[in-house]
Amino acid sequence: MLKLAPALTLTLMLGPVAAGLFGTLLPAAGYVPALGGTAMSREPLRLLLGQPGIGQSALLSLGTGLAATLGAFTVVVLFTAAFEGSRFFRLLRRLLSPLMAVPHAAAAFGLAFLIAPSGFVMRLLSPWATGLQRPPDLLIVGDPLGLTMTLGLMAKEIPFLFLMLLAALPQADPLRSQRVAASLGYAPVAGWLTTVLPRVYPQIRLPVFAVLAYATSVVDVALILGPTTPPPLAVRLTGWMNDPDLSLRFMASAGALAQLGLSLFAILLWICGERLAAMLGRRWIEGGRRSAAERLIPALSGSAMALLATAMLAGLALLALWSLAGPWRFPDTLPHHLTLRAWMVHGPAAGDAIATTLAIALPVIAVAIALALACLENETRDGRPVQHRSLPLLYLPLIVPQIAFLFGLQILFLMAGLHDTLLAVALGHMVFVLPYVFLALSDPWRAVDPRYGHMASALGASPARSFWRVRLPLARKAVATAAALGFAVSVAQYLPTLLIGGGRVSTVTTEAVALAAGGNRQLIGLYGLLQMLLPFAAFLLAAAIPGVAHRRRADGEAAA
Amino acid sequence: MTDTRLLPRLMRGALLAATLALPLTVATGRAAEAVDPAAWNEVLAQAKGQTVYFHAWGGEPRINAYIAWAGEQVKQRHGITVEQVKVDDTANVVARIVAEKAAGKDSGGAVDLVWINGENFVSLKQSGLLMTPGWATKLPNWPLVDVENKPAVVTDFTEPTDGLESPWGMAKLVFMHDTATLPEPPKTLAAFAEYAKANPGRFTYPQPPNFHGSTFLKQVLATTIADPDKLSRPVDPATFEADVAPLFAYLDDLHPNMWRQGRSFPQNQPALRQLLADSEIDIAFTFNPAGASAAIAAGELPDTVRTFVLDGGTIGNAHFVAIPFNASAKAGALVLANFLLSPEAQARKQDPAIWGDPTVLAVERLETAERERFNALDLGIATLSPEELGPVIDEPHASWMVELERAWTARYASQ
Repeated sequence: MLKLAPALTLTLMLGPVAAGLFGTLLPAAGYVPALGGTAMSREPLRLLLGQPGIGQSALLSLGTGLAATLGAFTVVVLFTAAFEGSRFFRLLRRLLSPLMAVPHAAAAFGLAFLIAPSGFVMRLLSPWATGLQRPPDLLIVGDPLGLTMTLGLMAKEIPFLFLMLLAALPQADPLRSQRVAASLGYAPVAGWLTTVLPRVYPQIRLPVFAVLAYATSVVDVALILGPTTPPPLAVRLTGWMNDPDLSLRFMASAGALAQLGLSLFAILLWICGERLAAMLGRRWIEGGRRSAAERLIPALSGSAMALLATAMLAGLALLALWSLAGPWRFPDTLPHHLTLRAWMVHGPAAGDAIATTLAIALPVIAVAIALALACLENETRDGRPVQHRSLPLLYLPLIVPQIAFLFGLQILFLMAGLHDTLLAVALGHMVFVLPYVFLALSDPWRAVDPRYGHMASALGASPARSFWRVRLPLARKAVATAAALGFAVSVAQYLPTLLIGGGRVSTVTTEAVALAAGGNRQLIGLYGLLQMLLPFAAFLLAAAIPGVAHRRRADGEAAA
Repeated sequence: MTDTRLLPRLMRGALLAATLALPLTVATGRAAEAVDPAAWNEVLAQAKGQTVYFHAWGGEPRINAYIAWAGEQVKQRHGITVEQVKVDDTANVVARIVAEKAAGKDSGGAVDLVWINGENFVSLKQSGLLMTPGWATKLPNWPLVDVENKPAVVTDFTEPTDGLESPWGMAKLVFMHDTATLPEPPKTLAAFAEYAKANPGRFTYPQPPNFHGSTFLKQVLATTIADPDKLSRPVDPATFEADVAPLFAYLDDLHPNMWRQGRSFPQNQPALRQLLADSEIDIAFTFNPAGASAAIAAGELPDTVRTFVLDGGTIGNAHFVAIPFNASAKAGALVLANFLLSPEAQARKQDPAIWGDPTVLAVERLETAERERFNALDLGIATLSPEELGPVIDEPHASWMVELERAWTARYASQ
């Protein structure tokens, strides 16, 4: 059975992507059987390139995506280098870990509520400091360069990368490395960057790529915070894909392929950057320098992280406050009064949406975790350390922009008679949940010292026993994190739920985005809060369960 | 422009190829049942027990609540369950129906009834994706519809409805201003531009191709075009540039004085209304003449907001419900469409405390008791009387909207 796990996983994960891409490729190539078989045409591509401002849209996607990823990565790495082991580090770890679970849309709304000209910060300062009775005419949200959008993406990706780094760190044994480096005269930051980072980076490389691919093709954050004249590429594609003028589909499909190329190009640039960084790093190490801006890095990275955590928390608090707000006009700092009206009116519908969300997410993560563990365990028993050939396959669902294959996927489910069902939506979510679960789980798993397993075998444990009693308990933290991450990913899915569910499957997120179109802040607050609370609960559980399990295990052993 | 009918053919081709590549069987739907609204008792019998998936824009909680009420009524009276599928853009529903057609799903479709008008309707009609033959004029409540005085109920953006969609409500562009900050609003487009020049940053419109944004463009076009008769015919590509030159000259002049200097735009009408509520702008607009009153009642706008129309009239149209060719619950959809046309449902809809959407019925032709429902309505402090609403400027042919949106995007959204 275990032998089948990799094949089954790949089928579930890549089958829909491949089939969906197929359904995108044909129109992109202008393939029209009705016009004489396989007449390929470059017309859709020509139309795409002829779109006004298409180059700027593409540059925006590339620029904001790269900047957000590089920014998030730099802040996370430098912060960890400067503060690991400190009390400040533990505080932010506790604050940021749950924030990772917040869906992008909710985080973006929170940020908009905070920094928009009519937002909370301006209300705090008005009118006593600014003299303003009306919001200032400032282009903050939706600025043409996408700075606010980049900030929103960073705010959301920093907790993600931070958690990925934290999950991978124990395998790199950072504290002892630091101690050795210190004894050789290295200052803390320099010591971390030279001894820990090179070993921990390979483990967070896949999540970084996922972030990069996501940030260059994001739709929801771009809709909320991004520029609109023109918008980034993915937003325009979504618009064309949904345009009632059906002929735009050809161009949209060609654009979807261009988006794929753009995301891949961003990753290529990143890899070049990796090479460059490695080269410079080696030179630095060989040069024997023992310190690296030891004052500046902690100051900058520490304040960046603190500011970010504050902004995120404030934004989310604002979502909660708006969901309870009565009339709240500018420049009032607080609502005129609080009311449960939004919750009373929309509570029942929200309850249904929560039930549907759980009904999809829970089976999906159960299956995804089981499959991922089965694949990894199979790999361990085969004794092959890492299946290099299968790794790029894992990237695929995360690197292929959703819109590139969802339309084709929708048709696939229709053919199978599975459309509009929870099962179909769950299968659609699986495509996105599996890779994240795998990404979150595989490196920590592979980093578990194989000698524990060898030891168990030498003591006479069967492979199954050494899995359940040795390897799995060692990886329990990673398993819990991966499950919570999978849950968060499932909760946040918008396009797959909408398209595959035919609109009949209403999750917290589809409801939130549909209602967001109406601009009602009370409702945005309510659904944003729900979107946030569900994954938050999952991460709380993930943080609590391994500890409990460990304690019970320890108690059991003590009793025995 | 590519032939829009190519896509279904194309997708069928893609599907064929996919069938060869993948060992999957195409689900065979059950044979489409014939429904004839002329035999209404049979429709009622068939509809009993059906679930109608009503795809309707879900961005306005008041409207969602109204649809839920309508669902309860047909549940009690006819045993039909109504599920509103809240969509954020009706174009997504069109996309959905197209995908079903492409997959050969000629029955058992996901959409039973869709809230629609304008280019979405034209698109579905021209692609043959609506239930035929025309059914709306055979509904029992059809005789109550005011076809004479509201010609938009049978002509959707100059496209004859041919009974393929049933009118649900009327819309007319009205502007909103907060009397606390702007007691005397400008009443012509020229005065708008002057006002913006004197008060920069206090006016904007939703970004086309948003429906309300495009409507503002059409309002300007109808006022500035040299020969307004051209608007009732499809766009003539040869003269389009010249036809819209005065429109863009007007906008070129207006944009630098708009909110965010015209470099960013609200994305839809509720967002525009929110800007008015936040006092970021002085003038907003809506397609619902009672929209301001309804928003005041809901606490979304201050009670100092009033509405006005422009001298010379504003754009008006109707919105409809349509049944796709492959709907699963056609009988149920017919019964719901008929109920939505009933005086009871129409009067409730016109109540600003509920929704405030103007009726499509000829109120003076109704029986006394039914007429009273309408006469008893308090249309709200910010709603103009039918006389004050002024002349209606008809929607241009749907092709104008498409071309305008393209030209606007090329000019203002791609620097």
